[in-house]
Amino acid sequence: MDAILLQILNGLDKGSAYALIALGLTLIFGTLGVVNFAHGALFMIGAFCAVTLQRIFTISRTTVDESRTDFLGNPMEVDTPYLEIWFGPEFGAALIDWSVPLAILFAIPVMLLIGWIMERGLIKHFYKRPHADQILVTFGLAIVLQEIIKYFYGANPIPTPAPSAFAGSFDFGAALGFDPMTIIYPYWRLIYFAFAGLVIAGVFCFLQFTTFGMVVRAGMADRETVGLLGINIDKRFTIMFGIAAAVAGLAGVMYTPINSPNYHMGMDFLVLSFVVVVVGGMGSLPGAVLAGFLLGILESFASMNEIKSIIPGIDQIIIYLIAIVILLTRPRGLMGRKGVMED
Amino acid sequence: MSFRRQTRRGILKTGIAAGAGLALPTIFTARSASAFTNEPTGSSVTLGFNVPQSGPYADEGADELRAFELAVEHLNGEGDGGMMNTFSSKELTGEGILGKRVEYVTGDTQTKSDAARASARSMIEKDGAVMISGGSSSGVAVAVQGLCQEAGVIFMAGLTHSNDTTGKDRKANGFRHFFNAYQSGAALGPVLETLYGTDRKAYHLTADYTWGWTTQESMQAVTEDLGWETVNNVLTPLAATDFSSYITPILQSGADVLFLNHYGGNMVNSLTNAVQFGLKDAMAQTGKQFEIVVPLYSELMARGAGENIRGIPGSQNWDWKLENQLGERYRGTNVFTQSFGEKYGFPPSQAAHTCYVQTLLYADAVQRAGSFNPCAVVEALEDFEFDGLGNGPTLYRGADHQCLKDVVVTRGKENPDNEFDLVEIVEATPVEQVTYPPDHPMFAGGALGECNEGA
Repeated sequence: MDAILLQILNGLDKGSAYALIALGLTLIFGTLGVVNFAHGALFMIGAFCAVTLQRIFTISRTTVDESRTDFLGNPMEVDTPYLEIWFGPEFGAALIDWSVPLAILFAIPVMLLIGWIMERGLIKHFYKRPHADQILVTFGLAIVLQEIIKYFYGANPIPTPAPSAFAGSFDFGAALGFDPMTIIYPYWRLIYFAFAGLVIAGVFCFLQFTTFGMVVRAGMADRETVGLLGINIDKRFTIMFGIAAAVAGLAGVMYTPINSPNYHMGMDFLVLSFVVVVVGGMGSLPGAVLAGFLLGILESFASMNEIKSIIPGIDQIIIYLIAIVILLTRPRGLMGRKGVMED
Repeated sequence: MSFRRQTRRGILKTGIAAGAGLALPTIFTARSASAFTNEPTGSSVTLGFNVPQSGPYADEGADELRAFELAVEHLNGEGDGGMMNTFSSKELTGEGILGKRVEYVTGDTQTKSDAARASARSMIEKDGAVMISGGSSSGVAVAVQGLCQEAGVIFMAGLTHSNDTTGKDRKANGFRHFFNAYQSGAALGPVLETLYGTDRKAYHLTADYTWGWTTQESMQAVTEDLGWETVNNVLTPLAATDFSSYITPILQSGADVLFLNHYGGNMVNSLTNAVQFGLKDAMAQTGKQFEIVVPLYSELMARGAGENIRGIPGSQNWDWKLENQLGERYRGTNVFTQSFGEKYGFPPSQAAHTCYVQTLLYADAVQRAGSFNPCAVVEALEDFEFDGLGNGPTLYRGADHQCLKDVVVTRGKENPDNEFDLVEIVEATPVEQVTYPPDHPMFAGGALGECNEGA
């Protein structure tokens, strides 16, 4: 029982990342009809927003400490962050410690801007081109973006820890009456799950309860009719592209303490997120979220030693197996509707 | 006397045959003109440095390339001469190799066997490289070593730690200075006994490829010899990024030591995940403090892992602090660190060190042999004993082309002074303790075969 609970918890945080990326992907596909293979790169750029803010916070004044020597035997140069000089060691250190949550505020405008530039500068020229062209150009863009990040930040993972207040794990085992230390779960992963829930709820509320959202939903269902009513749907869809980029970016920011960011992390999630979108139903927002969590949990269960001892290698293929089964039984995915996104 | 009439078809056939002949790779045609592949005939000789310039090990590759550049500088008499000043062999005089100026070309392995072979092939065929060196992965090393054997050039391996490189996949034209998984185990064993005792239960997470398998096999053998029990060994895919679902069952498995047989990004992620799940601070079901061991890690990986590496034992081929901390036996370390540090502004990694040393060793072997002929170089390197290159007295064993030398056991430093000081040296395990017979079962199944000079 405790092993099952653990894998459900594991699946929830993995599913959170899948759901957030797939949500943005399906938003772009549902509004603009574009298959955006650069979406994983947006997730990665979000993560590097956190790295960048951490680096900005740790810009330092260098002084020479004559009492110590560096590896060459020269007097050691000691760096003191300006934040600690300006605001005092305690408050300055606290700001640096909280750089990941604070990076959310930094990442939102950056990602909106990147999304807008991407859409206006490149992707809008491919609206009327075949999906194969869109895939090629966005995949190329993803490679360019990750090479740019590698040029500036290197290929090594960069540690970006969570605030020390959230270090450590919660003992679910003790709380639920099992043996202590049998079901432990890192605080930050719980925060990630809660954060994903908030973002997903925010996007749904925005689309469901605002006039802007209503127009976007109408445009997704029938773009031509909305256009005939005199509404500039293209402009709204551009804004939705920016929002989708921001969602991917926020997912990336909050993911950095879970796995140290590197330039390749977007590609690691991209293919799986596409499978999630297809399984959920192309263009279906609830489908993307549902499929994200479902596949995340199933992937976790497939990694259990008990399962792998029966079917070796199942953890590598489970998501694709489920995708095949669902597409065979429900060709439009879990929540895809007839006539939506079917040319 | 009769003349056959020339037809259009005949001319075409002749043209195609001549074109095909010209298009044949020089690797095959050169053999008839030269005594061996890419025999240098001008005033220079070309070496090929095949390192990961893209992909997950690009930073390690960049450090290897820096070391190669430094070695070439020193061989050509530029700079301060680095380890040439401390090397026990005095054949290298700073006048190139056999009087020929050293030039080099670089290739990108991408840490993919096929890409690495393609770039090595290009350097041999198009650029005339007479020796190939570098790399940061055992899969790549085994693949490129095989290619060099076929092509008739020398392969001086870079960072490759799998037993197979000088075990079942050993080749006559290939040489490894870096240590291997067996030696890691032999060095770590006594340290683990001191740190954690003889009654422990080990759980292994292992990268699912040649390096992971041999590392796990070596660590399991050495810990079981100590009296430890192996609870489980779980193979993890090389492409895995989140190891949480592999880590969560560990505390309930009854194990109290976790071995992360992972390298590079895999290791950074799996260690980060293990620390997040509290394994470093947890009490195991056995009532003992839970411990984590990473058999091989580099300074670059320690930087990626950040605070999580603190207190974690592992092993290294070399460390830039060796001579300062353990004395004259490791001479060469300081001059190399000085040379490298002054040129690039930071201390060299173990990958940089092994690549620099391999270049000097190759050049020295050519000098001693008096020829670039690969078979003469093989003969000069086999059973060559040397000192002054940072690892203490070393033997390039002829039976398997593996260097035998001390192994450095390290630990993540608890309170590092700066970002270059993340690991501390626990001990340097003497060479006698990490020496094994060439036909040891973990290295069985391979044969060096005959040296190939490409002629």
